[in-house]
Amino acid sequence: MAAVHFHNVTLGYDRHPAVHHLNGEVAPGALVAVIGPNGAGKSTLLRGIVGILRPLDGSIHLGGLDSRDIAYLPQSAEIDRSFPISVFDFVGTGLWRDAGLFGGIGKAAREKILRAIASVGLNGFENRPIGTLSGGQMQRVLFARVLLQDARLIVLDEPFNAIDSKTTTDLLALVKHWHGEGRTVLAALHDMEMVRNHFTETLVLARGPVAWGPTGEVLTPENLLVAMRMCEAFDDSATACAADDTRSRAA
Amino acid sequence: MIYDALIGPFAEFEFMRRALAAVIALSLAGAPIGVFLMLRRMSLVGDAMAHAILPGAAVGFLLSGLNLFAMTAGGLIAGFAVAILSGLVARSTGLKEDASLATFYLASLALGVTIVSIKGTNIDLLHVLFGNILAMDDQTLLVVAFNATVTLLVLAVIYRPLVIESVDPLFLRTVSRAGGPAHLAFLALVVINLVNGFQALGTLLAVGLMILPAGIARFWSRDLTVMICIAVVVATVSGYAGLVLSFQTRVPSGPAIILVATVLYIVSVLFGRVGGIVRQLFPGRHLEA
Repeated sequence: MAAVHFHNVTLGYDRHPAVHHLNGEVAPGALVAVIGPNGAGKSTLLRGIVGILRPLDGSIHLGGLDSRDIAYLPQSAEIDRSFPISVFDFVGTGLWRDAGLFGGIGKAAREKILRAIASVGLNGFENRPIGTLSGGQMQRVLFARVLLQDARLIVLDEPFNAIDSKTTTDLLALVKHWHGEGRTVLAALHDMEMVRNHFTETLVLARGPVAWGPTGEVLTPENLLVAMRMCEAFDDSATACAADDTRSRAA
Repeated sequence: MIYDALIGPFAEFEFMRRALAAVIALSLAGAPIGVFLMLRRMSLVGDAMAHAILPGAAVGFLLSGLNLFAMTAGGLIAGFAVAILSGLVARSTGLKEDASLATFYLASLALGVTIVSIKGTNIDLLHVLFGNILAMDDQTLLVVAFNATVTLLVLAVIYRPLVIESVDPLFLRTVSRAGGPAHLAFLALVVINLVNGFQALGTLLAVGLMILPAGIARFWSRDLTVMICIAVVVATVSGYAGLVLSFQTRVPSGPAIILVATVLYIVSVLFGRVGGIVRQLFPGRHLEA
């Protein structure tokens, strides 16, 4: 059974499609890179998968996973960094699945949190407020939280944006570790070199799917060119999409 | 001498003891709510909510005279209606919470004024506007204490999702459905505490005992728990000192309490450990690492 199954999925905002008629499935344990130019619908697709955006059309099946089996790392702009919360507490929220509303954070859980913080290389930062961290350190914190969520499906939205190479290397190692543990990982990425070297499967997205398959076969100059030519703007006067139109009109 | 000034009034007069009890109850419940209002950048929302409550209280007053239960019920209904409607609109559309709240509280205010003017009674709403903590009877005190207890219990229940929702709302949405209910419960607590406060401080100043201590606490700690504790202590001290000031100088009690808090606020802005002005001007030599 597939971990994620897209059935003619159209996702978007205000009836305008950002992801158009996507079909396909992600096998359990797959390591998938989602690439495409800005505005191609990468983030929208990931939002659809984790369930914070409802499809305009079609459906996404998660093969029995519920929302607690998914860890989602959005682009970090949505976090209120000025809120007075320590790294320890922030990472600790990753234990929500076990602790919920009232569950205590016992000795074992504290150990777990400390281990997660250590494994992203932030020993000694436990009591720092998150507002004092650099961009790269904050990204490490977010990875630590994903680590604690212990999810079977991990969804990362441009996790290495504006992150230096040392941090990227460390965090990428973590991603490959998750892959090794048999978790399903989807990541929206821009660095083609990284995709080529580290991700087994690639989806080239340009509103509609351009190509999807083993990275070596999919990551061709032709496919990338098709994706680059995608028109970004919504057409305000667009008519309703005919149901059997399976190709992206934008491509 | 010092006994006469600081303790005497409370030992001698029952209304002073009641007032002190009321102000402590208000501080215990209102200050933590104020801290969350501030951290969620909703300080002015509290103020807007206070306006939203006014018409409800006025209608209660019209229907049953100066009956605090009726006024409280009216205020709660108006406040809840505005809080929940604006919360729902903000959650289900793209409208920001402040914009949607502005619409609803203005509508509530206009509706209240309309009702009052149609009834055409010339009523003394000054009491509602500025409150009178010194005129508190046993029944009212019990209502205040009850509301404060409810607030602390509910806050304990929603504390965790409320904190996570404040820092990283998107994360909470992906792991749990507790965010929405916690948000609405929090708005309800804001309303309860405003209504609670207007019996003592009046609609216009009720929000003061919530927001000022929170603002002060921000200048002394970077830790949420410590911040809440500081806010409660500051609110209690302001309440006590304000009552003493009011007793000794005939300044009305509500304004006296808020003025004491204001003085503490100014001191904190100047000398606060976290981001105070003096601290910023003379930070000391930079550290090694």
